[in-house]
Amino acid sequence: MNLFLIAIGAALVNNVVLSQFLGLCPFIGVSKKVDTAAGMGGAVIFVITIASAVTSLIYTFILEKLNITYLQTIVFILVIAGLVQFVEMFLKKVLPPLYSALGVYLPLITTNCAVLGVALINVQKSYDFITSVINGFGTAVGFTVAIVIMAGIREKIEYNDVPESFKGTPIVLITAGLMAMAFFGFSGLIK
Amino acid sequence: MNKTVERLKCGMITENPTFVQMLGMCPTMAVTTSAINGVGMGLTTTVILVLSNMMISMLRKVIPDKVRIPAYIVVIASFVTIVQFLLEGFVPSLYDSLGIYIPLIVVNCIILGRAESFASKNSIWLSMFDGIGMGLGFTIGLTSIGIFRELLGNGTIFNFRIMPESYEPLTILILAPGAFFVLAFLIAAQNKVRIHKAKKAGASVTVCEREEGCAGCTNTFCGGKAFTEESVKREKDAAKEA
Repeated sequence: MNLFLIAIGAALVNNVVLSQFLGLCPFIGVSKKVDTAAGMGGAVIFVITIASAVTSLIYTFILEKLNITYLQTIVFILVIAGLVQFVEMFLKKVLPPLYSALGVYLPLITTNCAVLGVALINVQKSYDFITSVINGFGTAVGFTVAIVIMAGIREKIEYNDVPESFKGTPIVLITAGLMAMAFFGFSGLIK
Repeated sequence: MNKTVERLKCGMITENPTFVQMLGMCPTMAVTTSAINGVGMGLTTTVILVLSNMMISMLRKVIPDKVRIPAYIVVIASFVTIVQFLLEGFVPSLYDSLGIYIPLIVVNCIILGRAESFASKNSIWLSMFDGIGMGLGFTIGLTSIGIFRELLGNGTIFNFRIMPESYEPLTILILAPGAFFVLAFLIAAQNKVRIHKAKKAGASVTVCEREEGCAGCTNTFCGGKAFTEESVKREKDAAKEA
């Protein structure tokens, strides 16, 4: 039950994009069409879940054992960069259909600050292994929900008469602001 | 001496990271709920930017080209860790209010961008001034957005009450949606100026000119900027010269 609450909290109440401003670059850059947005979301779910598991294990079994927790930022960023590369090679070799679906988005995720953000939040709140994985998964689902809704709205905005200076990023940001207001509605879900 | 002054001016005004280049927008939106947070985040980033620029410039002949990005990230992450401990020890209030966004300075694209485009090609002295200029430019951007949001959202600036008691604060501006709205209007205002200038000169206006689209672009906020044929040509010429 507690794990369920953590997942809901990470996905809806503290939505990673709309209330914590992490992963804004792909949120704006890859949200032009629903299917590419969903592809990006899938890749993010995949990478963030694996990354939270790996960073959580490294933190408990290497950094804490050797008493070098102060190296967490350096270790996490290198592990995540390496992990994304590794996942890309692994998928290419073992699961070609999944690779062709997610492949283009994987390199973009290295620059996604949400991955590092989740790893650091897990440590900050001293979550154990299972909780970290659930929290990572929930956060990534929240990202996917936000980016897919955004892409759906953007497809409709294409047909609207937007003022010239608001075309492109400004109207996307205003939409995101309205979505952030709507997501406030979830804040009553968890006390 | 002239060149150092030029670096400072370039960072603070002509290539201001917040208002002109639109870099590092994640921290910009997250921490500008108050002016003091903006100043704190800006100065923290400045210190890290100056140190990492100097270090990378020092090591520019030692780092092999193929592994330069991971090497830069290690340098930047080390300085971020050091600065994080200094803040925790000496300015705990700022450390608490910036929270997770301090370690996330590692992935701030301004720092990696300056390392890649300036510090890896220039002397230590110039790189240091480039860092100071860009850092202060970022601080100016964060502080002015912070002042704007704090003034309208809370009626105060640096916690001093400015607005009369009867002013009903627009609390939405210091909450998450406000960050999106403020940034949207900021970019729109920039576009307005560009479009106005272009129309005066009789040029046509396009929105994004990258042939490959924005997918591979790390600075997605450029996607909304208005471009004219002339500005595209000028940027291409500048890139060729460099």
